[in-house]
Amino acid sequence: MMILKILFRNAFHNKLRSGLTILGIAVAILAFGLLRTVISSWYAGVEAASTSRLVTRNAISIIFTLPLSYNEKIRQIEGVKTVSYGNWFGGVYIDEKNFFPNFCVEPKTYLEIYPEFVLSPAEKKAFLADRKGFVAGRKLAAKYGWKIGDGVTLKGTIYPGNWDFVLRGIYKGRDDTTDETQFYFHWDYLNETIKKASPQRADQVGFYMIAVTRPDLSADVALAVDKTFNNSLAETLTETEKAFNQGFIAMSGAIVTAIQMVSFVVIIIIMAVVANTMAMTTRERIGDYAIMKTMGFDGRDITVLIFGESLVISLTGCLTGMLLTFPAAAAFGHALETFFPIFIVSTETLYLDVLAAILIGCLAAIIPTRQAIRIGIADGLRRIG
Amino acid sequence: MAEQKQNIVEIRHLYKSYHRGSLVVPVLYDITFDIVAGEFLALMGPSGSGKTTLLNLLAGIDKADEGSIRVGDMDITTLSETELAHWRANHVGFIFQFYNLIPVLKAIENVELPLHLTSLSKRERREHAEMALRMVGLDHRMDHYPQELSGGEQQRVAIARAIVTDPTILVADEPTGDLDRVSAEEILAMMERLNSEMGKTIIMVTHDPRAAQRAKILRHLDKGYLTDDDSQNPL
Repeated sequence: MMILKILFRNAFHNKLRSGLTILGIAVAILAFGLLRTVISSWYAGVEAASTSRLVTRNAISIIFTLPLSYNEKIRQIEGVKTVSYGNWFGGVYIDEKNFFPNFCVEPKTYLEIYPEFVLSPAEKKAFLADRKGFVAGRKLAAKYGWKIGDGVTLKGTIYPGNWDFVLRGIYKGRDDTTDETQFYFHWDYLNETIKKASPQRADQVGFYMIAVTRPDLSADVALAVDKTFNNSLAETLTETEKAFNQGFIAMSGAIVTAIQMVSFVVIIIIMAVVANTMAMTTRERIGDYAIMKTMGFDGRDITVLIFGESLVISLTGCLTGMLLTFPAAAAFGHALETFFPIFIVSTETLYLDVLAAILIGCLAAIIPTRQAIRIGIADGLRRIG
Repeated sequence: MAEQKQNIVEIRHLYKSYHRGSLVVPVLYDITFDIVAGEFLALMGPSGSGKTTLLNLLAGIDKADEGSIRVGDMDITTLSETELAHWRANHVGFIFQFYNLIPVLKAIENVELPLHLTSLSKRERREHAEMALRMVGLDHRMDHYPQELSGGEQQRVAIARAIVTDPTILVADEPTGDLDRVSAEEILAMMERLNSEMGKTIIMVTHDPRAAQRAKILRHLDKGYLTDDDSQNPL
């Protein structure tokens, strides 16, 4: 009990040094937590993907389209429950910096396949009934102050011209991992408009979304879909939604790896800082440890004192850093909402924070403890005065 | 017939040297002498004469190269580090020049600290520590931290810490070396009382003749040798 009392008091005896070390650890844990959250939000789309949904795209590349006529053929394949389709629209709202994902989709089937987009029955009915209507996620509507009935114009980049829409519904996510920053409108609106301007681009879809009757049928259905369009002018590549999303993430794999490395480098740097603090602290207390040894306290007691002090400092810093992570992540997530629609500090990140703090505390204490134990009492006493 | 006092410390043919890299520096040569129970002995000598080394050896905080040191019925030169730690906890009380109190503990907690290695209960530890502080006249300062006490008061707390376990011997290394004259006199008077009234065996290293004057027996060390056989204090 007395040993615990000493180690806690030792930890905060030099308030300035302990405070600065704790601050350093807190900032490192904050940076580590935010970087880990960036990585997990990068993978949020993959995590949120359903195992009972498939994505079919052109086998050559996502930028090539598929004929609308595939819709009926896919629907007839055994194991297929619902088929929907859509295109990436790539419209710009007022200015290019106002980026958010916008798609045209076949609305009825799309909403069936994505039950996590929750719309009130009245809003859903209004959206389905209005060909120029669109729905937006709650966060997106809030960001631009859109209200039901508001007119919104997007400037087409892939499909030139100004495209006018009317907000008919604001969807809410069924759970925390649902992206609430997206913009959906009727595929028919796009198709009919471009039919007049460039008929050769009409009746083409960017992707098909397929809901299967049972998740375990996904692989068979994917194979059957691709087999159906083998040797056609537009061969298909069908994969689970998770694999499809992972394909996108893989394109930015180097960035994710760099972020991961930086997050670990931060921990290594702070480990060196804490080790230095503990080395200074132990050097100052060599006399105290020698006195305790003269009284009969042994190496185990000294080990508990030094490791305990190191852990108290690192865990206090960790706790401070974790508490700072939540408001910082909220602010960060709000500022970059359209890039990281799901920016939530995960439980896994918090566990990693604590693990990192324990690692820092223990590794920083090893060498000072070894020195304190190995020094003879007489040598330790000689350093006093 | 006069009562024959028993030897509490018997030192026989003790040698000690230090190693500085490849250099061997001899410190003590063939030291042999006894200390009787209840004695107050002062070890004097110039700097580098080996006083503190000898004190460390007979307090079990350093190891001799050769020879034996028997304290009570135990030859401490045969003990392992762990056994020595247990032995020190039960048999030796230390008083140092710079008091060496733990700065993060209050006076009462400093005195209580060695009792944590005993089987006493929390309440008993507190009672013993309070009693020790009362004996050195500091019961009114028990909740003060060392930095809130004067040098003399800190040394009194250190004395209380040294006697709280009721050790076989008290070893003091320049106990007045860092004190002003008045405080030094108080500390020496206190040690004298511990010896005369409580029968504590005290071995004190000093180079201050005024401090040595308080001891009953005086031993001189010079260049690692005991230079006198006269055990009576001529001072």
